[in-house]
Amino acid sequence: MDKFRIMVQFLQANQESFMNGICGIMALASAQMYSSFEFTCPCLPDYNYAYGIGILIVPPIWFFLLGYVLNNNISVLTEEWKRPVGKRRKDPAVLRYMFSSMTQRALIAPVVWVAVTLMDGKSFLCAFSATADLSEFLNESYPILSKKELVKFQARIPCEDVFDGHEIISIDAATRYIRCFSQACGWSFLMVITIVAFLIRAIRPCFTQAAFLKTKYWSHYIDIERKLFDETCKEHAKGFAKVCIQQYFESVSGEIVPQSQLPTKKGKGKKDDDDGEKQKSDEEKLLGIRKEEDMNKVLWNWHLCKPALMLTKRAEDMNGHAHLDTLSLSKECNHHTPVKTTAVAYYSKV
Amino acid sequence: MDRLKLVLQYFQSNSESISNGICIILSLICVKLYTSFDFNCPCLPQYNKMYSLGVVFVPPIILFLLGVLVNRHTGVLMEEWVKPLGNRTKNPAVVKFLLSSMLQRALLAPMVWILMTLLDGKCFICAFSMNVDPKYFTGIPNSTGLELIKIMAKVPCKEDVIFKNNSFWKAVSRYVRCYSQAIGWSILLFFIFLGAMGRVLKPCFNHATFLQTRYWSNYLDIEQKLFDETCVPHARNFARKCVVQFFESMQEDVTVRMALSNTLRPSTIHNEYEEKEEEQLHGITRQDQVDHLLQTWYECKPELDVTNMAYKPKVCITWEDHNGKALFSEV
Repeated sequence: MDKFRIMVQFLQANQESFMNGICGIMALASAQMYSSFEFTCPCLPDYNYAYGIGILIVPPIWFFLLGYVLNNNISVLTEEWKRPVGKRRKDPAVLRYMFSSMTQRALIAPVVWVAVTLMDGKSFLCAFSATADLSEFLNESYPILSKKELVKFQARIPCEDVFDGHEIISIDAATRYIRCFSQACGWSFLMVITIVAFLIRAIRPCFTQAAFLKTKYWSHYIDIERKLFDETCKEHAKGFAKVCIQQYFESVSGEIVPQSQLPTKKGKGKKDDDDGEKQKSDEEKLLGIRKEEDMNKVLWNWHLCKPALMLTKRAEDMNGHAHLDTLSLSKECNHHTPVKTTAVAYYSKV
Repeated sequence: MDRLKLVLQYFQSNSESISNGICIILSLICVKLYTSFDFNCPCLPQYNKMYSLGVVFVPPIILFLLGVLVNRHTGVLMEEWVKPLGNRTKNPAVVKFLLSSMLQRALLAPMVWILMTLLDGKCFICAFSMNVDPKYFTGIPNSTGLELIKIMAKVPCKEDVIFKNNSFWKAVSRYVRCYSQAIGWSILLFFIFLGAMGRVLKPCFNHATFLQTRYWSNYLDIEQKLFDETCVPHARNFARKCVVQFFESMQEDVTVRMALSNTLRPSTIHNEYEEKEEEQLHGITRQDQVDHLLQTWYECKPELDVTNMAYKPKVCITWEDHNGKALFSEV
């Protein structure tokens, strides 16, 4: 249990290494699945090829889709793809980067399966034994079989327990020949994949490094922003619910508790201060949203009209002058909100 | 478990030891691959050599490319090589140092594979059994009517019917394996000797330059890592501010009248958390500023001179009333 906990801690150190860990686990699962899978060739001329090639191709497709499903970023990607433009431009390079990094990770388990299958050789033996040219291994002293009979005869080669023609053909030599071909295909496949991966990862910096840094930053940003938005919504909902229930109780009981106690009333005793502080933090968490339609507006506009990536510093003037801050929103996004004005007045006791 | 933690911590302590650790892991994977690979000599004259030489040379190429891929220094090297000049001079010695250290590490796993195939001997027997002159060995099965070369090609497949109750194949296999192991040990000895000579003689040539290049290549690696690490909290704070601002922009009209108490100092209104956030944003608050920052980082890296940053004066604020009398000052 300890070992497992340490591995989990190590892998969760950051999102990237977590995804790499999932990737590695899937690759190991793929190899283990192959070794525990009981390969049973049908040994019939019409079905051998379909079975052999099916075992080679169908599980990799399944692993590939599973790789996408297990990746957290798939929903982030689709969200970013489908959202309306709003105030924030959509960057296709970011979408391409997220898609390509997900695809690279999802491709590892299928590649492992295909490589292990080809190195083992059973699927090729099953698929091609019936149709391969094995004339070299036939015993020349034996009468030549007709083509159809030969195909049927050769189809039984993978099934050693039902094969009965040891005097017609040297089964070991034929099996070795086909397995050799399968292993050569396996190594070539691995070579091609490695060269492609090498070209993509090692040669890429020659071409697009500056743009790559940008897209990496913004794709990471989108992920973090989504998580922080969820967290902020949760905190807001908590504050909202607390105040709502409090107001409901007040309306039932008929009492009114004064809102927005300021820490100016410091002399009144510690308890009041604590209450004041606590309510202040709830009010802060509400962030000014106190009505259902405001909250609905928040959630609606988050999808339809994301804010511009521009943080404005609130101008704060503490020196005792009345200060007006006009905040007006453009009409194209919030067509059901009128122009809003925020007026703040500060007085100082000089 | 403590041991495993210690080992992991040691390997993560610096980038050199991470690279060494990955190198060793790749070699272990290579050994495991070789032992689990089912060597299947075709035992046919026209295919034997092709198959066995393929098994000896193709996996090392794959392992070499993998070794280059997983090495962190590859990225640093490529970036340093292709980046524009900017404010910094390019040092070709650093590029050469990074390249040589990367190649040395990437070459370990292929060498392990080649040595294992040679010391094991199966590939050699498969490739060269046909080249052995059979007249030195007794007991050749000549009753089968096959050509000599075909018989010799079948020697690696000892279970074949023609070799039943016959020790001819054992003798030939031993002979070829002997050659194979001799070549394997010679290659190993040669490389160890080369490595030892290199390490012993290296300090004799340009040691001071070597120290410099090693320092600056390590610096480049660390700088790249720190830049990536700095981008992460920046993105987090940027996102937090953006989300909060978005919420606040949805507010309706609010009028607040507050009495400004003299206990309410400006410095206490900003809580410590917000100050830390402002620091981490470093004044970068717009998308085009972030884009410009990332573009400039690549195209025109800053000078290696942090004197101004280390001795930056602190900004102190003084509040004065309309008569110029100081109400509150941080000086």
